Amino acid sequence: MHFVKRILANCNQTSNIGMETTLSVEELNKREAEFDAKIASGITIEPKDWMPERYRKQLLRMMSQHAHSEVVGMLPEGNWITRAPSLARKAVLLAKVQDEAGHGLYIYSAAETLGMDRSEMIDQLLSGKAKYSSIFNYPTLTWADIGAIGWLVDGAAIVNQTVLAKCSYGPYARAMLRICKEENFHNKQGYQIMAYLMRGTKEQREMAQDAMNRFWWPSLMMFGPSDTNSPNSGDLMKWKVKLHSNDDLRQRFIDRTVPQAEAIGLRIPDENLKFNESTRHYDFGEINWEEFKQVVSGNGPCNKLRMKQRADAHTNGAWVREAAAAYSAKKAASKN
Amino acid sequence: MSSKNALIEYCLRIADNSSILAHRLSEWSGHGPILEEDIAMSNMALDLIGQARGFYAYAATLENKGRSEDDLAFRRDAREFVNRNLVEQPDHKDFGTAIMRSFLYSCLSYLQFRTLMNSNDETVSGLSAKAIKEVIYHVRHCGDWIVRLGDGTEESHQRITDSLNDLWMYTNELFEQNEVDAILLNDGVGVDLTLLQQDWLNLVKEIFSQAQLTIPDVGGYQSSGGIKGLHTEHLGFILAEMQFLPRAYPDAIW
Repeated sequence: MHFVKRILANCNQTSNIGMETTLSVEELNKREAEFDAKIASGITIEPKDWMPERYRKQLLRMMSQHAHSEVVGMLPEGNWITRAPSLARKAVLLAKVQDEAGHGLYIYSAAETLGMDRSEMIDQLLSGKAKYSSIFNYPTLTWADIGAIGWLVDGAAIVNQTVLAKCSYGPYARAMLRICKEENFHNKQGYQIMAYLMRGTKEQREMAQDAMNRFWWPSLMMFGPSDTNSPNSGDLMKWKVKLHSNDDLRQRFIDRTVPQAEAIGLRIPDENLKFNESTRHYDFGEINWEEFKQVVSGNGPCNKLRMKQRADAHTNGAWVREAAAAYSAKKAASKN
Repeated sequence: MSSKNALIEYCLRIADNSSILAHRLSEWSGHGPILEEDIAMSNMALDLIGQARGFYAYAATLENKGRSEDDLAFRRDAREFVNRNLVEQPDHKDFGTAIMRSFLYSCLSYLQFRTLMNSNDETVSGLSAKAIKEVIYHVRHCGDWIVRLGDGTEESHQRITDSLNDLWMYTNELFEQNEVDAILLNDGVGVDLTLLQQDWLNLVKEIFSQAQLTIPDVGGYQSSGGIKGLHTEHLGFILAEMQFLPRAYPDAIW
């Protein structure tokens, strides 16, 4: 079994970690210049290529955070699998949440090329050292929330990830390409749930609008702080890990989502939202950054619950992982 | 009972088994011991939902009362469900119990579909031919885990032994038959489960011997009656959860 090997492996990866300490200042400068030139000419960076330590660290932070988001993101939607209203909806939702697990796997694997084992990344998540997307700290209260998440949350993720598919780190970019294809399907199934609700009974329409009201603003927050207040953006943009600013991507999401909402009769819960003829974009109201700050720092409605759910799964599964490793070791020993 | 009514009942049995076991497996989504296993359990659940849909849809067509596959899954009460009681048993988020439950059921399911592939009823044989490919994977996947857990650590051996001991009382019932089976056997449509019991035991024993597990002593209470709609207390809760939306909003289309 693949993962057993991984459990048993002693994280002895042959990456460039630690090499910088042996380099002279001249050599380091030379390599950085070569690296910058590569980035400038659009050549992707691959795991065995030399890279500045800060690049590796920032990417690892971003990619592990992304992988954690996929995995924690399974929880709010998983909350409705056993209550899906038809067999077809249940199968689609189950497959979607399963896709998220798959995305988590791709991205963990891609992140491992930067020299950190998956189990270590998971430890960082569970200890609270690593973050995940704050959107998953909001509860799913009705079936319509499943529509809202697929449509808005996956929609926002697509805007982010389509750009990431062109980022400078090869393994990340390639993972994004594959993931985007599946996210497009998720986005459509979410929109379809909302469309069905909006042409359904009065109660269904109210359910859909309520989900829209609760998920709209948190979805906008998914793009992160405004450009004037985004601490990591500078370096990431220089290295072409980020290709557009948070505000640009947020605007792109709003511009494509508002007409979709209108098409099925959903109101956007923002009285300042208005199409601006001169900019050809939607103007929108002020995001509640205090709420964002609170949720990011652990004070959202479900932060504690999500971490408890992840920690419980990890703890309850420990004996299974140990058994698999022990069995695999026995088999290996009996072969020798 | 007419042949048609027997066939409807037979399809409902297969579909109920599949949908209830799928429900139990789907409870694991996001909570597996490792990401790979989360994916595998969802896969099994998805296969089972597909099987349930096929057999519910066929039952709905045969009865021709304007009911859909979803009406059959979401608008029948516990006493009308005809699944075997094994599949509705809770696992309390114990991975070994979940795997053991699926293993014991999948071994039967495999043998049953293998025979039903040659059913005189074309729809039954077609659905079975599709299902068997999936079920072979379920047997293999769960069997592999049982060996790993049985022959893993002392703790895992004890835990999987406990799961086996807890679930064994639901295995006799897997082979219970009634008038429905007699009619369909006579029509060349169904299977004689009594003929499968020994094969099932051999299959199960083979894996257990690799896993260093022993079959519990048969004694004490043996579950009975799932095919007559006599269930354990757990089914009512599964249905309360599963059927909530269609029941709460009877006019809604989702």
